[in-house]
Amino acid sequence: MSMRRVAVVGAGMTRFVRRALETPKELAWQAARAALESCGLGLDRVDGVCIGSAPDAFDGVHMKGEYLADGSGGWGKPTMRSFVGGGTGVFVAAQAWYHVASGLFDVVLAVAEEKMSSFYPHAQAAFLTIFDHTTERPLQPNLLWIFALEMNRYMQTYGISKRDIALVAVKNKRNAVHHPAAMLGEADITVEDVLNSEVLAWPVQRLDVSPVSDGAVAVVFASEEAASRITDRPVWVQGVGWNLDTAYWTNRDLAYPEYVERAARMAYEMAGVREPRKEIHVVEPYDPFDYKELHHLEGLLLADRGKAPELVAQGVTLRDGTMPSCPSGGLLGVGNPISAAGLMKVAELFWQLRGEAGGRQVPGRPERGLAQAWGDLMQVGTVVILGTRRPE
Amino acid sequence: MSGRVAIVGVGWTGFRPVSPEVSYKELMYEAAARAYADAGIDPRRDVDSFVTVSEDFHEGTSIFDEYVPDQLGAAQRPVHTITGDGLHALAAAVMQILTGRFRIVVVEGHSKASNVLTLPEITAYALDPVLNRPLGVHPVAVAGLEASRYLHESRTTREQCAAVVAKNRRHALCHPSAAYGADVSVDDVLAAEVVAAPLGRLEISDCADGAIVMVLADEPTARRLSAHPVWVRGVGWATDSPTLESRAWARAVYAARAAAMAYRMAGIADPREAIHFAEVDDTYAFKELQHLEALGLCAWGEAGRLTADGATAAAGRLPVNVSGGSLGGGHLLEANGLARALEVVLQLRGAAGARQLRGITTGLAQSWRGLPTATGAVAVMAS
Repeated sequence: MSMRRVAVVGAGMTRFVRRALETPKELAWQAARAALESCGLGLDRVDGVCIGSAPDAFDGVHMKGEYLADGSGGWGKPTMRSFVGGGTGVFVAAQAWYHVASGLFDVVLAVAEEKMSSFYPHAQAAFLTIFDHTTERPLQPNLLWIFALEMNRYMQTYGISKRDIALVAVKNKRNAVHHPAAMLGEADITVEDVLNSEVLAWPVQRLDVSPVSDGAVAVVFASEEAASRITDRPVWVQGVGWNLDTAYWTNRDLAYPEYVERAARMAYEMAGVREPRKEIHVVEPYDPFDYKELHHLEGLLLADRGKAPELVAQGVTLRDGTMPSCPSGGLLGVGNPISAAGLMKVAELFWQLRGEAGGRQVPGRPERGLAQAWGDLMQVGTVVILGTRRPE
Repeated sequence: MSGRVAIVGVGWTGFRPVSPEVSYKELMYEAAARAYADAGIDPRRDVDSFVTVSEDFHEGTSIFDEYVPDQLGAAQRPVHTITGDGLHALAAAVMQILTGRFRIVVVEGHSKASNVLTLPEITAYALDPVLNRPLGVHPVAVAGLEASRYLHESRTTREQCAAVVAKNRRHALCHPSAAYGADVSVDDVLAAEVVAAPLGRLEISDCADGAIVMVLADEPTARRLSAHPVWVRGVGWATDSPTLESRAWARAVYAARAAAMAYRMAGIADPREAIHFAEVDDTYAFKELQHLEALGLCAWGEAGRLTADGATAAAGRLPVNVSGGSLGGGHLLEANGLARALEVVLQLRGAAGARQLRGITTGLAQSWRGLPTATGAVAVMAS
């Protein structure tokens, strides 16, 4: 059976901020409207809506997908919400892909929204409820602590220093200066600033971590025929992949994200990518912590295990490097309203591949990009590959 | 539609008011093991994707998808969760297979409602946090308001709603897995205490625990695996207004839209002729009537009379909720739609035991997302 081709034809987003005055519905609508206006569509042209948002605890709304439906443009339409923890933002693009590729839909609007500030005083407390209610929650674990474990394991396994890792935070926060929606762009930040920031849970320091944020992003997907009537410059979905590892994260070797590799291989196979390091021109790996960008570049097979820090040190991942990584500024620079941050990476690829990324534009007319997100209990990888070439 | 999708395996456990000796993981495992045995597949080798359905607040765990892979044999495989009803997850699986990149997709839904001590309070968290929640209204009042409006506009009577309860709970007596089978009369229903006028205690379904797993496959795979695949001919889902202030209170617009989508996909022009039996949401008695009308299986305002006349009983012209529905089988939270679909599969296979219908080839399953939503889904299946 030949596959139905799916294109991305529009994208839009809100500013990412610490505390939005808008309700979650309003954030979703701002992003949805911006995405539709970017490709000249009205809601009447949208056949179905995919919502990505997780968890309900942030907004304090049960069945949040239902609550967000009208703001996301889903009133009266087939509307479906998915989640895979922090991997949701990239996954909702895969969900929109299968909506269109199935042949049931011609135009699908994917909306990812997160309002973390509703959880007062700090969203970190919501994360207590992601742990196993019997074995883990009584220990009152904190999300920062378990990522500190993973960062430590990664550093210890490969002999990586805090200084190597801090370079990622510096790169991304500098990149974010050129992003109009960013909350933490800093042109003059240095490695010393990162290393001197407050220790949260060793080895994690404040500037190693992305901020708690509010925001929404929307992306418009269309079938080949519909896309041809909307734009003469479609960007194609070439591959999607996702993979969920066991819930027993304590049994996992945290040095390497095998589930990310499996998700990447699924997407590479679909996209016909055999040599990712040559064929992926711009990459948006998930960077809620600076070490995670390195970890994920390795899981995506774009760097050898333990060697991603060398690519950063050599400037390979700079915006004008040979493999620009997080040219948007990533979660560290633009902000991290969880699911919205993932879909922001897909939107960034759309803008980069169309040459519309303004001050963030990577040189050399990239033809193919990869966005990736990660989440749950250091457990899930989600990958989307976009490209300017129409899939076979 | 570029190909055909079939259900080739089903497994379930429950449905019981309480299940203190097993965790939700054990419920899921039992249902999955049975579904895989039914389909003759090994999940570690044969399944291309897993779709589960859950809502965080019902589970008491945020981003609950974390806890699904192990007991399904799905660790390190493509797995994702759909929030919503089981039929939404079924539709997601159908779409994945129709892309041509997935041959076998597994769908899972479950209820561990007996663990939820404060269900009304949790449901209240689904009300708009700015406009509705400050009013402090018990969420069942929303169902009461809707029932009032429906009875008024459609001229349906309380006796006709009570006939739904009597029928479904009697149907459930023939279902070994049903939690609430009983010989209840219309008078019993009308005499029960009023919970939220006009809804009486017996017109509201009680929760049950259980899990349901289904194995879906593309046509070549289905023909290889199963001598009696049940074909999913159409799926549809729709969300009407999420806000209480701007929705149609009398009519189930979401069900009408979802059905229109499913009928279009299935190539059905006249559902009354094409659909031989239906399993529809009856979490509140009036909902069964409202849904039958929205699905186009009878005229507006006609469902109550048909029910009172026995036309929707197992021996009637249009059997509805032969399984016992939610009133007789138990309200299974996110798994409600899969319970409806499960009965359609069993009937079409000729495996429904004492409640087996004769001369049927096409059935419909429909779900409602529950209070306070206006969301529903439909699946049309054929042998």
